[in-house]
Amino acid sequence: MSALSLHKRIEENTGLLIFGILLVSSIGGLVQILPVLNQESLQEPTANTKPYTAVELTGRDIYIREGCSVCHSQQIRPLIAEVERYGPYSRAGEFVYDRPFLWGSKRTGPDLHRVGGKFSDDWHRVHLIDPRSVVPESIMPGYPWLARRNANQAGDIVAKMKALSILGHPYTQEQIATAESELEGLLEIDTLIVYLQMLGTGLDKEIIR
Amino acid sequence: MSATLATRSDAAEAVNNDPLHDSLADIYEDKVVIRLIQFSVVWAVVAMTAGVYLSAELLWPTIDFGQFWLSFGRLRPLHTNGIIFGFGVSALMATGFYSVQRTSHVRLYSPRLAWFCCYAWQLIVLLGGLSLLAGWNSTKEYAELEWPFDIAIAVVWVLFGVVFFGTIATRKIRPIYISNWFYGALIIVIAMLHIVNNLAIPVTIGKSYSLFAGAQDAVVQWWYGHNAVGFLLTGGFLGMMYYFLPKHSGRPIWSYRLSVVAFWAFTYSYIWAGPHHLHYSAIPEWVQSLAVVMSVILLAPSWATMINGIMTVSTAWEKLKTDPALKFIVLSLAFYGLATFEGPMMSFPSVNVVSHFTDWTIGHVHSGALGWNAMITYGTFYFMVPRLVGAPLYSVRLANIHFWMALAGTMLYIVSMWGAGVSQGLLWLSVDEIGELSFSFKDIMASMQPFYALRLIAGLIFLIGTCLMAFNLFKTLAGRHAVVVKAPPVDPAYAMVKEVAA
Repeated sequence: MSALSLHKRIEENTGLLIFGILLVSSIGGLVQILPVLNQESLQEPTANTKPYTAVELTGRDIYIREGCSVCHSQQIRPLIAEVERYGPYSRAGEFVYDRPFLWGSKRTGPDLHRVGGKFSDDWHRVHLIDPRSVVPESIMPGYPWLARRNANQAGDIVAKMKALSILGHPYTQEQIATAESELEGLLEIDTLIVYLQMLGTGLDKEIIR
Repeated sequence: MSATLATRSDAAEAVNNDPLHDSLADIYEDKVVIRLIQFSVVWAVVAMTAGVYLSAELLWPTIDFGQFWLSFGRLRPLHTNGIIFGFGVSALMATGFYSVQRTSHVRLYSPRLAWFCCYAWQLIVLLGGLSLLAGWNSTKEYAELEWPFDIAIAVVWVLFGVVFFGTIATRKIRPIYISNWFYGALIIVIAMLHIVNNLAIPVTIGKSYSLFAGAQDAVVQWWYGHNAVGFLLTGGFLGMMYYFLPKHSGRPIWSYRLSVVAFWAFTYSYIWAGPHHLHYSAIPEWVQSLAVVMSVILLAPSWATMINGIMTVSTAWEKLKTDPALKFIVLSLAFYGLATFEGPMMSFPSVNVVSHFTDWTIGHVHSGALGWNAMITYGTFYFMVPRLVGAPLYSVRLANIHFWMALAGTMLYIVSMWGAGVSQGLLWLSVDEIGELSFSFKDIMASMQPFYALRLIAGLIFLIGTCLMAFNLFKTLAGRHAVVVKAPPVDPAYAMVKEVAA
């Protein structure tokens, strides 16, 4: 059967057309994604990369809720200017507990992957509530409501950690049992600051320096 | 499959021979098309207004007034999702339902299901938009809606497919026309991408954790993200082009064979290009390199389709003088050509190193979204609405003004974002002779204000144009009903039943 007459059949048969589209469009994804999903080096945590603690996880989920990744990337490229500006470039092993990944695609504000430890907690607190009081040129929105809400308001931290355990994050029974009490008395802004301060500290200290 | 076809066609045949059913089975279901156009226009105005507000927030960051739901990070996904799923998908459903009936010479398969898809989809967009403002956000770009909405989208999408492919399966014309292939690819591929990329473990009603983590999650997300652009914003809208451009210019497709070759090349090669969104990242290098190669190859089917469209209209240029609808469609093809050339260029690592993370990306997206998607949609709306109600457009003059505003807005938008993006990219990378950074981040950021101001003006111009269209279409529709359109008799040479019997 010539190519043209084969195509004539596809052109006149709904089922063949559906099958053809499915077949042709799935090849690229299968070739690229399956090897990546099976590559062990992408699942190997770096020296200091640990599952997020109850407080860090709460802070990270606030970062997600407020859409911080819309304007801030967490992916330092291996370029002189970027390493100079932000710190050591990002390694795959630093992200193994990131669900979802937060690399972002736009830097309206600076990259945050190595922001941990660069500013004091107090600076972050003031900056998050009113960015222009510490950086006059800033166009970042303020987040005053984070300083009014309790971190455990939703009361879902145990469910979150259990869900992540199912996905293979190595939490101990004790970590899950004490999760609620760790959030006791903290505001949302406190947990977000804890998260920001641990960002990018997953590499060996020698490399970071 | 052919066995099913035979029985379905036989059933259709039987109904057609029955004088009692004759009228119903032959009459196109156009009321649902009108309703979908109305929703699409409403979402366009809402989501573009959100976009303009967001661009103003970059100039005056305090105009969120400390309200969480006006905050940039929450409003931005509402803007993108409102455009893609509200404006875009409603328009694709409207044009898809309109053209599939006319290319198949048969009424929609299950109009009731089509109506259900129409309203269920609007409900998803409305509640989904509110949920984004409430902070239910998976942060996966263009897939921000949380798991309850993901499930609802999957269900409605499959039903959309049932209506669409059901109509094709019961068609009376033997060949399946090319526009239907693109709509078909839209339905099938988006279903596949949507389901895989949103796989997650739910924690609460508004929170879930992705099944994939870190670098692997990034690869899966951009396989989705790039191809949502590929098969929804490109493939689906090419379906519009292949029906409305020949129909409206009164010329057949310049080369049907080229459209066939370009279709399969497009469907095969688009899928591979996703990882070019992840250059210089921690994903394996071979995946990045492969994506560059495939991005460049993708230029061929993209431009083949554009050339096919331009050549189709090439003997009908004089119609452009008098017809704003055709002007929109032809201009959209030019922007399609621009965006599909710019894309592969930006996938080269040496260009990407400058463009990535900058406003250049935003400009690129909008040369596609405003110049291509919105303009071709406007063209099809100006074409369909008068025909659907059997009355002339309320004001051709207003439509012409809209055309020039859309063109001016799009050009100003693209140029301002090129200016912003290229300077950001180069200034960020700039180091002096001893390797020290030349500029601080905040100085570069502060220097963006003039570009952001121009972009705000560009967005406003485009939005006002869209509002003019909304008014024009409203006045055309007001007080009128869908005219009854019957399927014309089928040329026996192309009739369906014969083929199945043989």
